[in-house]
Amino acid sequence: MVGLLTLALLAGVSQSFWSPSAAAHAAVRAFSITFLRKKYHFNPEILPSLLETHPANLGLAGSQEAIYELNTAGKFIGWNFKLNVVTVPDGGNLAATAARLLARGPQVIISDLRPADLLTVSDLPSAKNALILDMRTTEDRLRQQECRANVFHLLPSQAMRTDAIAQYLVWKRWPRWFIIQGPTREDAVYAADIRRSAARYGARIVAQRSYNYNPGSRRSDTGYQQIQTQMPLATEVSGDYDVIFVADETDLFGDYLPYNTYAARPVVGTQGLVASAWTPAYQEYAALQMQQRFDLFAHRGMTERDYGGWLAVRIIGNAVMRAQKTSPLPMRKYLRSKDFLVAGYKGQGLTFRRWDNQLRQPVLLSTPLMTVSMSPQHGFLHPGYTTDTLGFDEPETKCHF
Amino acid sequence: MPFLRATGGRTAPALLAVLLCSLAATARASELFVSNEVDDTVTVLNGETYKIIATIPTDQRPRGIFATPDHKYVLVCDGDSSNIDVIDTKTMKVVRKIDTGPDPETLAMSPSGDKVYVSNENNALVTIINFATGKWITQIPVGIEPEGLGVSRRGHTVVVVSETTSMAHFIDTKTWKVVANILVDTRPRIAQFTRDYRELWVSSEVGGTVSVINPATHQIVHIINFHIPGIDKEYIGPVGVRFTPDDRTAFVALGRANRVAVVDRKTYKVEKYILVGQRPWQIAFSPHHKRLFVVNGLTNDVTIIDVASLQAVKSVPVGRLPWGIAVIP
Repeated sequence: MVGLLTLALLAGVSQSFWSPSAAAHAAVRAFSITFLRKKYHFNPEILPSLLETHPANLGLAGSQEAIYELNTAGKFIGWNFKLNVVTVPDGGNLAATAARLLARGPQVIISDLRPADLLTVSDLPSAKNALILDMRTTEDRLRQQECRANVFHLLPSQAMRTDAIAQYLVWKRWPRWFIIQGPTREDAVYAADIRRSAARYGARIVAQRSYNYNPGSRRSDTGYQQIQTQMPLATEVSGDYDVIFVADETDLFGDYLPYNTYAARPVVGTQGLVASAWTPAYQEYAALQMQQRFDLFAHRGMTERDYGGWLAVRIIGNAVMRAQKTSPLPMRKYLRSKDFLVAGYKGQGLTFRRWDNQLRQPVLLSTPLMTVSMSPQHGFLHPGYTTDTLGFDEPETKCHF
Repeated sequence: MPFLRATGGRTAPALLAVLLCSLAATARASELFVSNEVDDTVTVLNGETYKIIATIPTDQRPRGIFATPDHKYVLVCDGDSSNIDVIDTKTMKVVRKIDTGPDPETLAMSPSGDKVYVSNENNALVTIINFATGKWITQIPVGIEPEGLGVSRRGHTVVVVSETTSMAHFIDTKTWKVVANILVDTRPRIAQFTRDYRELWVSSEVGGTVSVINPATHQIVHIINFHIPGIDKEYIGPVGVRFTPDDRTAFVALGRANRVAVVDRKTYKVEKYILVGQRPWQIAFSPHHKRLFVVNGLTNDVTIIDVASLQAVKSVPVGRLPWGIAVIP
């Protein structure tokens, strides 16, 4: 694939691109990327652990680091990238801000927005020919019924995550799952994904329970004493199971489960052993270099959202510097073509699925301190890409651009 | 096999020299030095029996490893200790440490051995060091995550590849300036000149290709692709590249495809894939190029390939996560 790309470049691109002396004399070309985010109201006191932090530049720092990287390459071949950060205040008019941006012409936008806001922007008439890189969401529906041709999704969907965990559990021969599900709509989607993964990989749901936990204030002197009695009650079911598969997308109770369950069983899902594109602990496939570089830049660990922001800029960099695509529509075409590939410290090139614009990628399985494994697991095969064993494959897609 | 080469001398002293040579050879076989990234050691194997004859402790995270042209020393980059361990190949001991600056990943030397070229992976730099004094001559900013270094015939040019910037940077060793930057496929690892120095081959691990570059014009003249039946393309990750002495054949280690490709240097066609251990990266020849040694990172061993028959003969254990290899005659 890449060979084809490079050959195409050799054939199609003027000599000056490859000739250093010519490049040195050429004027520096500038490329501007809009980073669009909203300052959502957030109360850090609802985070269950004091160790969890919520830095103001979450996500943005990843994009900023990647801009620095692109410009390191760009200075050698005459490109300069700029990140235009646009922050809409909580309660501000996102649609109006986005419309103003888009009135200047088709844009390349990195979206650090929640699902409803992402759709608000992508559905603006003036966004029709824009390229929107969604670096934040995981919701299935944005890749299924509510997919959009102008939106590309960088982080794994919910279904990719449950499949990633499911493959590992099947490989471990832990096929009996007890689902415990929180109260939100996304918890219900995640729980449905768990059932889908069980059906795909031959696991069994032996018990299922909804849990309406109201965490209230999490800052208390003796909170754990009540947790210690509540969680065994919540997890006592008849019949045996191998794991508790928790669906708690908003971190209401899942982190209270490990070591508090009725039976001595591990916890996987949205807490416990979690599936993600990135964690600050991941170091395989040269990710160590990325982690060290990010820490030098941001003075903190690199989160999954930072990775999303980093990937977004690197993808744009490939389109501009490798494929010489500088406007959104040709860039979209390139991202969906066989010529495109981005390196993301996963030991293989990452590409987009044509049927839903989802980045196909290996998915990490981790605890807060360690990478436990990486899916797809050995032995799960696919006629196209083994990474397409994760999430909605082409025959299952509900996305029709 | 010194008898094969020692011809022409008919006088007694010449014969004596031949005998002495052969005695020296039996007294001391060639040796393989393998850096073990996780163990913080270098494993030394006897080049004929492949038995472990020494395990040399190093500083932290030894990766790039290089024998000096006179074979007196083997130099190892200790990434997490910011230095090079200099191993005396007679005593098998670390006799000296050279400060390299942060995170040295790998190294090369000038043809005469007077200068050491180091890629500082985390700092996007190449550090040039006077080997005798250990003093830094200069540091050159290059792309992000620099790794493999290639040195031209007379040492006028050093090429370094940067993994995250995906470029081959040509450095003029008179001015220490970067004179050319060539965008190659994603995540380049190694830059290797052909024996005749007419081509520079750059392996791209994530791109899955090898770019053949004309070093005179700085143009990519060909891209080599690899297709292995039954192996997904995303597992093909070319890293190590070596050429036979006649320059007719190249060997390319393919990472997670667990194979070494045999490539015709002239036609660029892949002639064979040799199954080795898991995740081969670096490769090296035996002194007379009869064997190719393949370092397998995930199976903790070195596969020995017979160059004439292109068969993997056997694999021998080394330390954990073996990374690089240097061979001394």
